[in-house]
Amino acid sequence: MTIFIWTIQFIFIPVASPLCVGIIKKIKARLQNREGASIFQPYKNLWKLLHKDEVISSDASWIFSLAPFIIFSATVVVGASIPLFGFFLKNTLTGDILIIVYSLSIGTFFLALAGMDTGSAFGGFGSSREMTISALAEGGLIFSLLTVALISDTTNLFAISGSIFGQGQHFFSALLAFSGFFIVLLAETSRFPYDNPDTHLELTMIHEAMILEYSGKRLALMEWASANKLLIFFALGANLFFSSGLVQNAYAYTIILGIVIFMVKIFIFCLVIALIESSMAKFRFFRLPDLLLVSFILNVVAIGLIY
Amino acid sequence: MLEIITSPISFFILLSLFFFGAFGSLLLRKDDDSANIWSSFFAIAGSLWGLLFSVATIISEHILAFVVKGSPFPLLSISFNIDLLSAFFIFIISLIALFCSLYGIGYVRHYYQKYNIGALGFFYNFFILGMLFVVTASNGIFFLIGWEIMTVASFFAVIYDREDQENVKAGFLYLVMTYISTAFIVAAFLLIYKFTGSFDFAIIKSGVGLLPIGVKNIIFLAALIGFGVKAGIIPLHIWLPAAHPAAPSHISALMSGVMIKTGIFMMIRLFLDILQPIPIWWGIVVLIIGIISSLLGVLYALTEHDIKRLLAYHSIENIGIILLGLGSALIFSSLSMPVLALLSLVAALFHTLNHAIFKSLLFLGAGSVINQMHTRNMEEYGGLIKYMPQTAFFFLIGSMAISALPPFNGFFSEWLTFQSLFQGIIILDSSMRWLFILAVGALAFTSGLALACFVKAFGSIFLARPRSVEVAHAKESPLSMVFGMGVLATLSFLFGIFSSQITFLLEKIGHSFTIFQNMPITFLAKNNQGLVVKNGFASVSGLAFLVFFAGTIIVVFFIIRKVVNRRQKIKMGATWDCGTNLTSRMEITSTGFARSIVLIFKAILKPSIQHEIGYHDSESRYLPKQRTVILGVNDVYQTYFYHPLHKLVDILSLRTKKIQSGNINDYIFYIFITLLVVLFATL
Amino acid sequence: MLKLFLKIFKTPSNIVPLLNKDSDQADIVVVGKKIENKIKKLFRGSLAIRQIDAGSDNACEQELVALSNSFYDIERFGIHFVASPRHADMLLVTGPVTRNMAEAVKRAYEATPEPKIVVAVGDDAIDGGIFKDSYAVLGGVNSVLPVNYQIPGNPPTPKKILFSLLKILENSDKKPVLLK
Repeated sequence: MTIFIWTIQFIFIPVASPLCVGIIKKIKARLQNREGASIFQPYKNLWKLLHKDEVISSDASWIFSLAPFIIFSATVVVGASIPLFGFFLKNTLTGDILIIVYSLSIGTFFLALAGMDTGSAFGGFGSSREMTISALAEGGLIFSLLTVALISDTTNLFAISGSIFGQGQHFFSALLAFSGFFIVLLAETSRFPYDNPDTHLELTMIHEAMILEYSGKRLALMEWASANKLLIFFALGANLFFSSGLVQNAYAYTIILGIVIFMVKIFIFCLVIALIESSMAKFRFFRLPDLLLVSFILNVVAIGLIY
Repeated sequence: MLEIITSPISFFILLSLFFFGAFGSLLLRKDDDSANIWSSFFAIAGSLWGLLFSVATIISEHILAFVVKGSPFPLLSISFNIDLLSAFFIFIISLIALFCSLYGIGYVRHYYQKYNIGALGFFYNFFILGMLFVVTASNGIFFLIGWEIMTVASFFAVIYDREDQENVKAGFLYLVMTYISTAFIVAAFLLIYKFTGSFDFAIIKSGVGLLPIGVKNIIFLAALIGFGVKAGIIPLHIWLPAAHPAAPSHISALMSGVMIKTGIFMMIRLFLDILQPIPIWWGIVVLIIGIISSLLGVLYALTEHDIKRLLAYHSIENIGIILLGLGSALIFSSLSMPVLALLSLVAALFHTLNHAIFKSLLFLGAGSVINQMHTRNMEEYGGLIKYMPQTAFFFLIGSMAISALPPFNGFFSEWLTFQSLFQGIIILDSSMRWLFILAVGALAFTSGLALACFVKAFGSIFLARPRSVEVAHAKESPLSMVFGMGVLATLSFLFGIFSSQITFLLEKIGHSFTIFQNMPITFLAKNNQGLVVKNGFASVSGLAFLVFFAGTIIVVFFIIRKVVNRRQKIKMGATWDCGTNLTSRMEITSTGFARSIVLIFKAILKPSIQHEIGYHDSESRYLPKQRTVILGVNDVYQTYFYHPLHKLVDILSLRTKKIQSGNINDYIFYIFITLLVVLFATL
Repeated sequence: MLKLFLKIFKTPSNIVPLLNKDSDQADIVVVGKKIENKIKKLFRGSLAIRQIDAGSDNACEQELVALSNSFYDIERFGIHFVASPRHADMLLVTGPVTRNMAEAVKRAYEATPEPKIVVAVGDDAIDGGIFKDSYAVLGGVNSVLPVNYQIPGNPPTPKKILFSLLKILENSDKKPVLLK
């Protein structure tokens, strides 16, 4: 039974993340009065990409070739270490808030290096912008996770989600921390107002610019890893700040209930992101650090309010 | 067996190995090769012996305190006190010296026929010898002798490549700053002597109650400034980015990895050991200095395109992180929370060790690259990963370690520092809490910016296409250099995986301090898999992460490459260039990479941009012939701090010069006045 | 803001449906190497198109842009436009290949991974169209790339392009009669 639960925990994020991306695209299309692709379209995209050949630049090195595997594995490892549907799993080995943040940084590190590796102009400035945003977003991310860690007096993610359930007195703090977290979520997953994931103009790209040289299987892994990261941040937001749906026991029906509640929470997140993307424009690049500083300040105020 | 290894005789063998290395190398100076081999052999032998000695001392917890009789001066007693903290620092010195010496065998060949190799070996061995004296001396004056040996030897190493005038200027700046620091240290020791009557550390420690609180505060400030200059805290750091690049790379690695840690060592020794109990504001000052140094260090590193200056600024940043741990240890100890103080101290010591390892790895890698490219300017590198693959791989590991990416060692020491700051936020009262929140913010931003800086450094040096024709002539370094770097990279990896065992030993070292001696419980629980902070607040396991991560990569690789679509063909093509011809001028440069961050922080960094245009016809000024853009960063420390100080000293000396009138009647008058004053004073 | 969202719900859906009789609208000319059925099956679920402007007069580009609006909505068939030829499965080339663009078009072709389909859209791209025999053009995409399909028209209407693309992928006979 435990093996079954651990298997679900391990493969849930990679399996469900393209669905998330599909739902966001579908809602956006509907809001534009279009029909839009089906919500399972990203799966078909990945399937097709896995069956295509690749063209690799002769200027690239082994970092370009290995980076997609490393980035994808980092997202899978992080995805298995965060609470998804139940907090009864005791992961004291890799479930700490700091190792989650820094494991995602491994992915960012190699993505930026891969962008620079082929020597194209787009990849270089894409890496530069990504590292600028990511350097400033890391502070906000650590702080928002720190706020909930201080509220529940532990930095283990599973224990946080287990104990914050019912913390009425720190509700306002958690809400402020969530708003700070949400701003960082938009930054790290390359959504509006930081980056437009559907753009075709290279001068406006941040994340896309770094993967312009990838094709075939490696491109599939990169897109899948970016979808994984989106779902990981949704899961962190849903389960650390609004943890009322997590189940405590490990019976079959509770697990199914947990998964269903989790999917509902994710759907709400997708809806909010799609609404945001349909109603605002991308910010000018040098306004983004101000936004990240706002996130940092919100979190600092939240920590101050705990005591 | 352990008794013999940790005896005074053994320590003297250690010292004499380096001594013989120094003098023998000077005697063999006529023959470059044999001087190199002799000095390297003795340095390696000495380092190995030092490793054995220090590890035996730590494991057996055998404290060595002895005096060599027969000193010619009454106040100077040649006394050594090798307790566990000193043994730890001997371990760091020996470890890094071992690999730098191994690296040096191949590296110094670059200087054959140009400079005197015998002299280099002499100064190198004396440098290590000086550092050993500094961490083991138990008498103030003897300590100063060791400090001088270390300084003078490193000065000669910094100006070794004297054909370049910049190096000589850098050496001079280094010398001036170090003597200023020595002046402050001497002032601190003199004040201690006045009130306790001795220069011996043991006697001072027992007589610390004799120091009135005002004097103690002055001693703190003098020691902070003195040892702070050596450690490279902001704003006393101006010598560091000038001197570290000037020295030969294996000595740069030693200076940056170990020498600046001797400043930290004396700060720990004085503030946590000898001068206890201390007021709380000492810890607050150190914590604030840590915050400022770490943030400003990494921001200045982002503006640099000289690779060694970039690494020097990162040393300043990491000293800031160590001071964060040390500052919180001081605060906890003055609030009588020894359990948390020990946690912070372990974090600071672990980061000291880790930084020594990965910083020397990075400097050795930089040295290999500079050796092949004959320039330190990163804008002329590019694509070196194809010509120097092993150097690139080890530099990558060093970059991952310094950016605190798991499973390397940098992550675990930053994790411990974070944990000690978190505990501070929980336990302390409101005013101190905000300081710790600020410290956590500084640490979080610092690690993010350090990651950005090392993407820039690694990308500009090794990736993409070559930016200059020199790159095509680059070859992989000789085996000794690659071996030195490789072992350091492996150590960086192993210290991360086995961080729990290392912190166990560090806790033992911390326990040896007087203030921690009667503590029954420690905050770190012993766990063979990973680090666990007691009461379940936090836990992380390097080994589990490594197994998980490596396993996932292998599984993913296997599934994607071998199972899905085995008939895939991979074709080599050109980079997609939108139809134009891509030259190396179109790649991102290291200046361009960091320019966004520099502009975001322009209030702190004060970047400047200058345009110069040369026209074909200077009268009508219509068709430009050449346009130059100069991007720079204003040096605020020189402008607002050192130049005014300099001008003040100038003005004061000019005023005092008025006494020297040249008139002999005036001088006789001075003698007469002095005679009167002395007569009245004795009556 | 709320009025804007309400307007979305109030506007009726005006998507051009895919009726069976409209499949005659498709007008493709098969040229060159025949695309295997296996490849068509691979692209039936998801097709990435990279559009290359080889010196065209932008008439065809306007029609291609119209494919992404809410009337024709090419995304509902799993077809999307991408920015880089490395991500692309199909190259849609418009315009007579001018001399300056010949090299660029060839490089884009080489940068696209196999399997790929090359479609020339518009009369200009087929044989030079109104620019035929000019000194500045090389006379149709066929002279620089191995074209697989051609869609004639000056410019072809979006409906025609849409149905032609679906016919290339042989998508229409797999879908039900009335598709909204």
